[in-house]
Amino acid sequence: MLPRYFTDKLAKYGVLITALVSILVLLAIAVFIIQGGLPLFSAVNPFDFLFGQSWSPTYDEYGILSMIVGSLLVTLGSMVIAVPLGIACAILLAEVAPQRVRNLLRPAVELLVGIPSVVYGLVGIMVIVPAIRNLGGTGYSVLAAVLVLSIMVLPTIISISEDSLRAVPRTYRDGSLALGASQWQTIWHMLLPAARSGVGASIVLGMGRAIGETMAMIMVIGNAVIIPTSPLDPARTLTGNIAVEINYAAGLHENALFATGLVLLILILILNSLATLALKRGEQHA
Amino acid sequence: MLPVTAVMLLALGVAGCSNDDEADNNDDNNDNTPTLSGTINEAGSTTVQPLAEKLAAAFKVLYPNVNVVIGGGGSSVGVKSATDGTVEIGAVSRELKDTETGLTKYLLAKDGIAIVVHPDNTAVANLTVDQVRDIFSGVITNWSQVGGPDKAIHVMAREEGSGTRTAFEELVMGEDVRIVANAVLQNSNGALKTALAGDKDAIGFISFGYIDSSVKALSINGIAATSENGKNGTYPIIRPLYFLTKGTPSELVQAFLDYCMSDAVQQIITEEGYLSVN
Repeated sequence: MLPRYFTDKLAKYGVLITALVSILVLLAIAVFIIQGGLPLFSAVNPFDFLFGQSWSPTYDEYGILSMIVGSLLVTLGSMVIAVPLGIACAILLAEVAPQRVRNLLRPAVELLVGIPSVVYGLVGIMVIVPAIRNLGGTGYSVLAAVLVLSIMVLPTIISISEDSLRAVPRTYRDGSLALGASQWQTIWHMLLPAARSGVGASIVLGMGRAIGETMAMIMVIGNAVIIPTSPLDPARTLTGNIAVEINYAAGLHENALFATGLVLLILILILNSLATLALKRGEQHA
Repeated sequence: MLPVTAVMLLALGVAGCSNDDEADNNDDNNDNTPTLSGTINEAGSTTVQPLAEKLAAAFKVLYPNVNVVIGGGGSSVGVKSATDGTVEIGAVSRELKDTETGLTKYLLAKDGIAIVVHPDNTAVANLTVDQVRDIFSGVITNWSQVGGPDKAIHVMAREEGSGTRTAFEELVMGEDVRIVANAVLQNSNGALKTALAGDKDAIGFISFGYIDSSVKALSINGIAATSENGKNGTYPIIRPLYFLTKGTPSELVQAFLDYCMSDAVQQIITEEGYLSVN
């Protein structure tokens, strides 16, 4: 038997080292992307890069505004659909549904997480894209991307929201009901505010998944470099831009793709901080 | 299956001829005839890739101790990795740019680029090169302008940097005429074909090697998109497929290149839907 003192130290430093390694990896990724992207700005004005609308590496034009817009549009669009659906489903699973339904639904939702994104993309091409084609255009569109993404982020939102709803202590619920509140009033005015941080985290994670999704997006969004003016227009996301073109990129083109990754990284940081900030503010008011 | 069988037969045939030599080699190690062994790395154009895989497999039947590793990546990757020396052979499906120097080109085959539409598009069977250019640059936007029904044309193209796109731009679009920005872009010949096969109003371009019954290849300037017309030079949209090396190739690499350029192997190239250069 090792002395307790020794095992305590071992555990402490073990955890410390693993934590440090993960931070180092994060830093290394950031450094690597910056290193790859920075050379672009010796040839291209950062302002033109961020706000230029023409992306044409053959003509040395690197403007990614349309892709920033595309990424934000599909992310926000999918959140508009997936957040109400996901939270409603989480409430159903945590509070309303009988045990038998729950036993059936929960594994089904968890299974959705494990399906590879290329499969969602395939279903999108086979089912959603042809359906949208009937509305006009080619079917490869922002709308198709939003629908596919909504389904992909649902399980993240549902399972984390459900866990946090369940974590609200039983006594809160009993107290609310004992005071004469209906079940719905209890859920809306007591449970949801109490589970706020968990539900918020589920939305942030869902958003992260949405903005980072690549494969399924490439397959259904059409990848055209334009700012879409209708949900039926094609568009391109930042992730899609990298994945579609990295195979053929060399020189400045490659630097431009790394710089695209850098913008994506910053965008995710901003979105996450905004969400965290909103959550903190909400907690203070509650 | 037929091409594969042909490769096998061919390989066996050649191997059969050299059986005596090999027997000698085994008996007498001092023989000067070198036995080839080692690894050749190839990477580059995805248009060349399926063909290169067939050639590598056939070569391995002749020389079991040689491994030819085929990678994709695209034409620009082919040029880059050959220049950097990370592979012995690079593959490219377009002409080299002025900036891409210091490499030796070996003309492996030629490939036609077919302008394809949905098979249900029966009204349009022929376009001129000028019409194709106008469609892809967004000057012509409705099928009725080229003799079809009154419907918007859905332009589909390949992504920036693709060898097929670069060759198409060179051969059809010309200097400074760009593919329209709202074109739906797909990142491989296969993906483009799938997208096109599902859309009755679409037009796109793919390598001759990928044509099948799911799409209809248009005649250009009245010339049908067939291997014969590609080979006799009448079909206007033809591009070269090159293997690239840097410096003098090693004996092993040279043997593989010679093998790929030989008349018998050029036969396989024809069977795969590409255009033989011999």
